[in-house]
Amino acid sequence: MTKWLSISDVKEKIVATSAEEVTASYLETIEKSSINGYTCISDGALDAAKMVDKGEVAGPLAGVPIAIKDNISTKGLATTCSSKILEGYVPPYDAHVIERLKAAGAVIIGKTNMDEFAMGTSTESSCYGVTLNPWDHERVPGGSSGGSAAVVAAGEAPISLGSDTGGSVRCPAAFCGVVGLKPTYGAVSRYGLISYANSLEQIGPMATCVEDIAAVMDVIGGYDARDSTSIDKKIDHQAALVDDVKGLKIGVPDEYFGEGVDTGTEKAVWDAINKFEEMGASWEKVSMPNTKYALAAYYTIAMSEASSNLARFDGTRYGPRSDGENWHVMASRTRAENFGKEVQRRILLGTYALSAGYQDKYYLKALQVRTLVKQDFERAFANFDVLMAPTMPLPAFKIGEKVEDPLSQYLTDVNTVPMNLAGVPCISVPCGSSDGLPVGLQIIGNHFDEATLIRTAYSFEKNTDHNKARPGEVA
Amino acid sequence: MVYENPDGVMVGLEVHVQLNNLNTKMFCGCSTQYHDAEPNTHVCPVCMGLPGALPVINKSAVESAIKIGMALNCEVVEQTQFHRKNYYYPDLPKGFQTTQYDFPIVGNGKVVIEGEDGEHVVRITRAHMEEDPGKLIHMGSIEKSKGTLIDYNRSGMALIEIVSEPDMRSPKEARRYLDKLRNILDYLNVFNGDLEGSMRVDANVSVMGGQRAEVKNISSHKGAERAILYEIMRQKNLLRRGGEVVLETRHFDEARGVTISMRTKEGEHDYRYFPEPDLVPMRVSDWAPAIREELPELPDAKRARLISEYDITEMHAKALTSDIRVADFYEVVAAAIDPRVAGTWVADVLKGELNYRDLSVDSFTTDDIIEIINLVVEDKVTEQSAVDVIRTILDNGGTPMEVVTDKGLLKVKGDVVTEAVSETIAENEAAVQDYLGGAEKSLNFLVGQVMKKTKGRADARQARELLVAALKS
Repeated sequence: MTKWLSISDVKEKIVATSAEEVTASYLETIEKSSINGYTCISDGALDAAKMVDKGEVAGPLAGVPIAIKDNISTKGLATTCSSKILEGYVPPYDAHVIERLKAAGAVIIGKTNMDEFAMGTSTESSCYGVTLNPWDHERVPGGSSGGSAAVVAAGEAPISLGSDTGGSVRCPAAFCGVVGLKPTYGAVSRYGLISYANSLEQIGPMATCVEDIAAVMDVIGGYDARDSTSIDKKIDHQAALVDDVKGLKIGVPDEYFGEGVDTGTEKAVWDAINKFEEMGASWEKVSMPNTKYALAAYYTIAMSEASSNLARFDGTRYGPRSDGENWHVMASRTRAENFGKEVQRRILLGTYALSAGYQDKYYLKALQVRTLVKQDFERAFANFDVLMAPTMPLPAFKIGEKVEDPLSQYLTDVNTVPMNLAGVPCISVPCGSSDGLPVGLQIIGNHFDEATLIRTAYSFEKNTDHNKARPGEVA
Repeated sequence: MVYENPDGVMVGLEVHVQLNNLNTKMFCGCSTQYHDAEPNTHVCPVCMGLPGALPVINKSAVESAIKIGMALNCEVVEQTQFHRKNYYYPDLPKGFQTTQYDFPIVGNGKVVIEGEDGEHVVRITRAHMEEDPGKLIHMGSIEKSKGTLIDYNRSGMALIEIVSEPDMRSPKEARRYLDKLRNILDYLNVFNGDLEGSMRVDANVSVMGGQRAEVKNISSHKGAERAILYEIMRQKNLLRRGGEVVLETRHFDEARGVTISMRTKEGEHDYRYFPEPDLVPMRVSDWAPAIREELPELPDAKRARLISEYDITEMHAKALTSDIRVADFYEVVAAAIDPRVAGTWVADVLKGELNYRDLSVDSFTTDDIIEIINLVVEDKVTEQSAVDVIRTILDNGGTPMEVVTDKGLLKVKGDVVTEAVSETIAENEAAVQDYLGGAEKSLNFLVGQVMKKTKGRADARQARELLVAALKS
């Protein structure tokens, strides 16, 4: 059984048995799985584990299996963004984070399911079909990194990587009851991450506990010259694993508890905040007045960037190719036949928002709002160490529930997108349940203050039992 | 004299200069030396636009761009800003070109050319950095091609696009502008202009009473002159027949020497420019002083200095500085011998012989020319023989002395000529009588006879003088 092992559990098992056996047992669990969390399994996983056993590879994650979201390039291993348009595409290079993980001895076990090109909150837009939420197979795992969260929650990998453009790590972490971190923009190299909205997104780890998040961050974080937005700032995440929040000043933004927040969720989050007070922290309400514009600005910017980022998928160099009497017809048909509906919708909207005559009204206006949202955070962090809010306004919804109404799905991102606009780090940790489904507490920190974030989340985990909740054996 | 420009010709040029002297491409580490390589061998995830790859600015390319801007008397922007120009084309692997938009690296400059009526200023609007797309190879002509192959070796090469105001008034001025530009770029050593596609030109051409046409695909200076000439004639003829010159893009067919309409500009492309999120602005204003410090002497300054330092003519100075390699060559020669004599030999003789053979000055050594000029100065060979030596070396190789010896070009001594003169007078009585009788032409015949006897090694002038003196006595 591989259920809910932390990195240190895995390491113990490796000592007791072997890295090969540990990886084999995960592969066996995956084999029997019914949640559709993986898009492909690495042929090389067992060999990589054997190398660890032979002592050819060492490092802080030696022999630890890790699942990778399908939009992070892995050399020799299909990387499709859960899209038909990348069917058969095998990257000839490793993303920066994959190089780091391999050097640290981690075993890439497979690629995980996601919303097509990371566009969604439910993993329903994947060309491989939805991933099931391990807590309730009728519900979505969240998205877009749904596969990465679900496989950790289901014990099919101890740790995973996702990417977070507007909540895509935190949302599924909350829905699946695991921990997920979105680092400060620039803290982790994006080299090799297939862009959806490049000014917003970061690769982030998902795990069963805060300790593992810190361990993965210490491997993947840090400067990379190949990503011009990468920032040279050393953060020691594991040194921040300290159970102490005495004197911590918590801001609670009113705007994140607005209309439409599920009562069970709201209660779980307030219980958590009160717990912090018990542990020696203080809290106060704070106003972040521009939050109400954040969602519109976020979608405008994300779709605009996406419309350009996804232009390269034209059937010329890789992926499937449709017929056509000339190149332009071939490219249009390839795109029409292989991009899913949601991706096409966002490309169209983004193209519109960037068009001459409309750019001022939409894209440039959204950039102005982005500045205002950033200022909200600057003001808040002048007075508080961290901010706390529900990660998602509601627990995991039913599969199919929001498919026909994309706008209602966009609205569920209301509490996660402002941090991407501002570039600040944030973490979602389990903090209880609503109707038997996990609820995520979102802790938000200042730029490059991952240390405070980790310390706060770690203290919460050490002083509560929420992290010990497990999905039941679902038939 | 003022040039009237009777047809109201206005020509503005957009010149794409490929910075092929850099070690690497604009945004990745791929080598720029792909010109003789197999297709698609100088590529990486970045310049192939593979999913997930990210660009990194090549600092040397930015420095070259600033250098070029300074040489064109431009102002330098505070910090770099790149934009995406979005359009679909198979040679564009990302579906957008990374270029500059509202903050070009340099702008507001000028270049002085030799215009129709003396010195003429061509204003430089801007010069910006961008990446080269890949290269399409059509199987057959562009209009009815059966298929197209793509070579991405060129993809991602650093380009500087230099945009002028429509200040040129004739094809000749456009040609002169391009020559001047090439000249300046050579001085800066930012590119190798001899490589294919290193300088590509789009010309905006209009005549009075019509709109402008943009002529694309011009790959040589001569081609630019021809394309513009054709375009002016086409537009004038159209207007004369009562037609209308519309705003459009035309393609220059170099083989046929004509321009062909590609598309009308009415539905002008919307490129949806927006700032490239993957490239953060780079502050460059602080670099400017150091770059200015390192700026080499430019053609105009060098020309003025050669005139004042070596006392050579304006014409020679112009000829010498029109190619930096010739100017450098000249200065080495001028250090060894009389600079004015060196000016004549390098600017007139050697450069003429090189141009005739389409050779660069690298095909000759300074040592050889110094040796040859010294032979003339020391009166060992005639000027005509010296030219012969230069030609022979260019055509067949060898050292000056080898050629002189092989061809027996050493000038014969005066007494040999005197002897030949006496013999000629003795052997050609009729011609002597004719000359003495007033037939001046006969003297030429007699000089020819002397030259024949000395196998051309006599100095013709000296032979003539000796003949006249001998006949008078």
